[in-house]
Amino acid sequence: MATVTITVNGKKRSATVEDRTLLVNFLRENAGLTGTHVGCDTSQCGACVVHVDGKAVKSCTMLAAQADGAEVVTIEGLAQGGELHPVQAAFHEHHGLQCGFCTPGMIMAATDMINRYGAKLDEATIRKELDGNICRCTGYHNIVKAIKAAADAMAGTAQAAE
Amino acid sequence: MGVDGIGARVKRKEDRRFITGKGRYTDDMTAPGMGFAAFVRSPHAHAKVKSIDASAALDMPGVEAVLTGEQLVGDGVGNLICGWMIHSKDGTPMKMGAWRALEPEIVRHVGQAVAVVVADTLAQARDAAEAVVVDYEELPAVVDAVAALEPGAPQIHPEAENNLIYDWEIGDEAAVNAAFDSAKHVTSMEISNNRLVPNAMEPRAALADYDEAEEHYTLWTTSQNPHVARLVLSAFYNIAPEHKLRVIAPDVGGGFGSKIYVYPEEMVCLWASKRTGRPVKWVADRTEAFLTDAHGRDHKSHAEIALDENNRITALRVKTVANLGAYMSLFSSSVPTYLYATLLSGQYDIPAIHCNVKTVYTNTTPVDAYRGAGRPEATFLVERIMETTAREIGMDPAEFRRKNFITEFPHQTPVIMCYDSGDYNASLDAAMKAADYANFGARKAEAASRGKLRGIGMSCYIEACGIAPSQAVGSLGAGVGLWESAEVRVNPVGTIEVLTGSHSHGQGHETTFAQLVADRFGVGTDTVQIVHGDTDKVQFGMGTYGSRSGAVGMSAVVKALDKVEAKAKKLAAHLMEASEGDIVVEGGEFKVAGTDKSTPFFQLALAAYTAHNMPEGMEPGLKEGAFYDPTNFTFPAGTYICEVEVDPDTGKTEIVSFVAADDFGKIINPMIVEGQVHGGLTQGIGQALLENAAYDESGQLITASYMDYCMPRADDVPSFNLMTTETICPGNPLGMKGCGEAGAIGSPPAVINAITDAIGNNELEMPATPERVWRALQAAQPAQAAE
Repeated sequence: MATVTITVNGKKRSATVEDRTLLVNFLRENAGLTGTHVGCDTSQCGACVVHVDGKAVKSCTMLAAQADGAEVVTIEGLAQGGELHPVQAAFHEHHGLQCGFCTPGMIMAATDMINRYGAKLDEATIRKELDGNICRCTGYHNIVKAIKAAADAMAGTAQAAE
Repeated sequence: MGVDGIGARVKRKEDRRFITGKGRYTDDMTAPGMGFAAFVRSPHAHAKVKSIDASAALDMPGVEAVLTGEQLVGDGVGNLICGWMIHSKDGTPMKMGAWRALEPEIVRHVGQAVAVVVADTLAQARDAAEAVVVDYEELPAVVDAVAALEPGAPQIHPEAENNLIYDWEIGDEAAVNAAFDSAKHVTSMEISNNRLVPNAMEPRAALADYDEAEEHYTLWTTSQNPHVARLVLSAFYNIAPEHKLRVIAPDVGGGFGSKIYVYPEEMVCLWASKRTGRPVKWVADRTEAFLTDAHGRDHKSHAEIALDENNRITALRVKTVANLGAYMSLFSSSVPTYLYATLLSGQYDIPAIHCNVKTVYTNTTPVDAYRGAGRPEATFLVERIMETTAREIGMDPAEFRRKNFITEFPHQTPVIMCYDSGDYNASLDAAMKAADYANFGARKAEAASRGKLRGIGMSCYIEACGIAPSQAVGSLGAGVGLWESAEVRVNPVGTIEVLTGSHSHGQGHETTFAQLVADRFGVGTDTVQIVHGDTDKVQFGMGTYGSRSGAVGMSAVVKALDKVEAKAKKLAAHLMEASEGDIVVEGGEFKVAGTDKSTPFFQLALAAYTAHNMPEGMEPGLKEGAFYDPTNFTFPAGTYICEVEVDPDTGKTEIVSFVAADDFGKIINPMIVEGQVHGGLTQGIGQALLENAAYDESGQLITASYMDYCMPRADDVPSFNLMTTETICPGNPLGMKGCGEAGAIGSPPAVINAITDAIGNNELEMPATPERVWRALQAAQPAQAAE
């Protein structure tokens, strides 16, 4: 057993868990945050993507103990003060989701992608970067559109702030 | 139309919970004292279960129980059933082998459950399941349907001699043979339709809770049709009478057909909850999903088409062997028969069609409906042989199709269906224009200058949706009626709840169904709540599959709205002392035409509930229900054109353009419809290029994870160019045809026609992997390959 303390969406969460507990199980069961999903057992589908210390990580690929002391942001922590994050807003605006199951992972992966590429994101890069996230409903068309729109909107906001 | 009415691109009401992580799926549910189930599954495709030793497992920490098939059968839990009776051509009924939720005697596919462990934690349950010792005696297995029919093949069920489930036919064989005897040209080909795994992103799951004091069960589960699940669990599996069983399908993460059926695991959780006296939860891991979710397709066909001297089709003759796997899943028998052979006329005027279908048991996962269900198999066959025939006779494939199009409606085909409406030239024209078909030659030459082989292929698909007129399907063997129900409840404050038997698992019903109400009363969709997926809330419903939520589910809502409107108008006329015929509904108000008198919607609702001043004999309240039974199937149709570039060095195919022109009849929300088409197209492209459920000879599924089964990823597909043409469906009040499956039905032949055009070899099976394409290319150009 290991006692693990992780800051999740700004709140410290401690639990004593089996050593083999995955970060995703810690988030879903110990922190009660069920927005992060499990869609496969082989780290392929990306439904479980969260941010660990600012970087997108598949939370089924990391032990909870490895995240001890880390800052984790999940889909529940993305919107601030009731205001949707621009990527969340873009998924809604461009119909980038249907059943919603892959959506949290998609949004977290997309946010990380935009953080890394900014306004340079083009369609080909978005499609290549989404290789680790599987969606069965949307055919990716509107997800790609949503990410591009969010990247452009966030670049615009950043520029305006400068 | 208001801003939220029919035809508007209303953004989805349900999105907020999904994009903020507040969706509530079955695995998100918990119950006090909940235990976790883990199944003990057969590693063999075919084996006798000699003994099960659970003693070590029972001693492990946290283990509550290990339950086996013997106990299940002893408790009187019924066998799983197939709900659609098909008779062979000799009149004998289909041969249904016994399927138990936990198998006590003979396992028939890898992954079949023989026992279940219930423990305090999931990890404990899984550890203990590993420790259950099952002694198997292996039996010879067969995985290929054609091989399973051969003499001497392993016998899977004692009920089915030679593994044949039924030998069925449709159409006039004598007329077809006569047409072939006098044909000017005959094209014949072998056509395979590869086996697929549906792969909804949310794995199947169940949380079952038995309340001993009330003798009542609650089941939260991943279902496309919770009422049908309750009916089957109650009437056939003896779990509990319907009034003692509540089935809730909360947010469901995709279905594509795979969540229509009641599977062993959900049943076992209910039974185990009673046995252990605690709630029991099970969530499939992805490999369990691959091994136990009903698969799709898996046909092998021989097809022949006959032409007269004017290149008009005179007959089509098809022989198909369909693999149904180890057991007959809930609707499996209908898929390769009435959902398949009835669509073999395609968009074409074919005077005579005959189809013979043999369905076969094999030692593989059961096969049932997967997005399109029978219609993709029919469309692939028809559109491949149309393309091949055009190439053989040296005619442009578009012109050959056009020459044979059905142009007058209604059109009775020789295989049951009566097409009610359509304009196949319109969708072909629209697609050809958008694809710039005329200038393909220049693009091909330009690609050649870069060393790429460019090809173009089309598919003119038709499908049958709006499933289905109850009397018609009853006469064809269905065990249920396929109507839908709805209830519209106007609350005293004027907000509106619509209860529907349709189920949304991604389709956006909370938005589109609300648009019907907004359109009718001129209120905002924000005042409308759609309620679905709970047998305690919605009276009854047949659920969502076969692109039926619009054409059937919404039609029931329309009928209920008609009743609400009629009563409301009568009340409004009474309150405003006007004639009922003068009342109009506009912008959320009831108005007396030609006057300035009006009553806001909420005031009228309140008046109906205070009931202080009602017309003589009118009951208080404003709530109406309706059942809608369709009068015919609906017939969405369209043309898809795919353009590819093949790299001759690697055989890799890139889809450089994909145009889809669909006729879905009336469209409620174009944004939602486009999303449905994008998803369908990608599943169809997945079938054509990437996906294949592959078994080795011993019956091991060698593609049982995302490491091995190639799901379409974002960089495997292009952005799509979509358009719609519209002919109104005359069969339902909204004129809708359905859009959920078209993409998956129409796209595979377009892709394969494009690749075979590019490489100059028509012999190419799905999935057209780089290896297969490269080999086909070498076969087509032996001289070039030798250089």
